[in-house]
Amino acid sequence: MADTILLFAGLLILLSIVLSVLRLVLGPTMVDRVVAIDTLTVISLSLVALYAHLSGRFVYLDVALVYGLLSFLAVLALARFLEKGR
Amino acid sequence: MNTVIFRTLAPFLTALMLLFSVFVLLRGHNEPGGGFIGGLIAASALAIYGIGRGIQPVRQALWFHPMTIAAFGLLLACVAGLVSMVAAVPFMTGLWIYPSLFGVEVPLSTVMLFDLGVYLVVVGAITSIALALEREDI
Repeated sequence: MADTILLFAGLLILLSIVLSVLRLVLGPTMVDRVVAIDTLTVISLSLVALYAHLSGRFVYLDVALVYGLLSFLAVLALARFLEKGR
Repeated sequence: MNTVIFRTLAPFLTALMLLFSVFVLLRGHNEPGGGFIGGLIAASALAIYGIGRGIQPVRQALWFHPMTIAAFGLLLACVAGLVSMVAAVPFMTGLWIYPSLFGVEVPLSTVMLFDLGVYLVVVGAITSIALALEREDI
């Protein structure tokens, strides 16, 4: 039962990656692309967490934490760039 | 960035990230982590503070000039290598002492001193670059 749920979670992550990349490519404005990148980051975080559970090496959760904090900084810098326009 | 939410949130986030950077630094000897990645996390924390509040508050919060911090880290790394000269062993040999602090044995080593030096160099250099990029007049 648990394996089925984990497999389903993996498939959902795959689907959401495809949809986010689609938005990244199609995105008519710059803001759409930034949001798509941020969504991709969150999806990657969930993938890392899933892999940490599957492999049983919980040091990957720290990787996910650092990645989440740094992606916040990246989105912040991009938002600043969009606001100032330089 | 002149938003109330972010200006309020930035110091808390900075404090959390600085704490986590020290955690990563101290864990680095036996598990993934270490001075370099810890320093990068600390520099990102200061960058978030700088984006939220401006350059001058970051300079005040750091107390020392960022390049001073980097130079002090370099000094610490050099001292970690030179300690082996006193013990008459090859350069940068890991030396350990086990002082007892409040009844708890604390393992200290020159390896950790070197890692601390790397941490300070990375914090100082990256923060210096980030503050220079943040400046308005360039």
